[in-house]
Amino acid sequence: MNDLILTNLETVPGRRIVEHHGLVSGNTVRAKNVGRDIAASLKNLVGGELKGYTELLSQSRDEAVERMKAQATAMGANAIVNVRFSTSSVAQGAAELYAYGTAVRVE
Amino acid sequence: MNPDYGQSDSVPTALIILFYAAPFIALVVFGFIGMFAERSHYKSIRQREQNGHRIPITPTRTLEPDRSVAESRLVAASVVVSLDYFKRFLANLRNLIGGRVRSYESLMDRARREAVLRMQDECPDADMILNFRMETSSIANTRGKRGAGGVEVLAYGTMVRYAAPETTPPKLS
Repeated sequence: MNDLILTNLETVPGRRIVEHHGLVSGNTVRAKNVGRDIAASLKNLVGGELKGYTELLSQSRDEAVERMKAQATAMGANAIVNVRFSTSSVAQGAAELYAYGTAVRVE
Repeated sequence: MNPDYGQSDSVPTALIILFYAAPFIALVVFGFIGMFAERSHYKSIRQREQNGHRIPITPTRTLEPDRSVAESRLVAASVVVSLDYFKRFLANLRNLIGGRVRSYESLMDRARREAVLRMQDECPDADMILNFRMETSSIANTRGKRGAGGVEVLAYGTMVRYAAPETTPPKLS
């Protein structure tokens, strides 16, 4: 699964696309836990980076990407082009991270 | 007639004053801590931007066509930053009269530059980052109110590493 190539271009540079498999996507909805929340609200007083949230969001994004990759692998693709990310808050304290792209086979 | 009356009253008065002054003391204390934190953050951003090899970034989608590519993959990095108590208070005041909200301007600037630096650190061997994109979203605070909890900036693009340095001189037109 690690040999999947991800790019946000229309093509994979240096390779030729031989087959299109269509859209693949992966999502995850995450809520922050209470401990992180308390730590972040204390950090909020002095400002600066909220490391807990940075970590949480990048983990969630990786999770969404992993799901997208799994879908692409199941289709028999070996690359995903035109990858996009989108974030939306669905409920109080929860966010959805969504990754989508086009699964292709390159030579 | 209590001879201790005046003395015993002085302690509660001090406590009452402290009670009402606490938010303002907090404002000043957290404001100073936040100011120093921001300064040191800017210092480290400037330092990292200057030293070391920085990979060129472009929002365009095309690359030099006559060079062969050894590696290309998606690189992404994100950062969440928030304002300190004092600056948030200032921003709220600014909301009443309108105009430039400087405290948020510097916050966004810090977040964007930090995200770009982290993205570049993800691929130290790259020659170029193509199709560079940035996304910003506000993170809700603990009580679910939007906008006060901080902002997240995500920077992403496609890193490209060329196969070998060009041996032939470029064609003259």
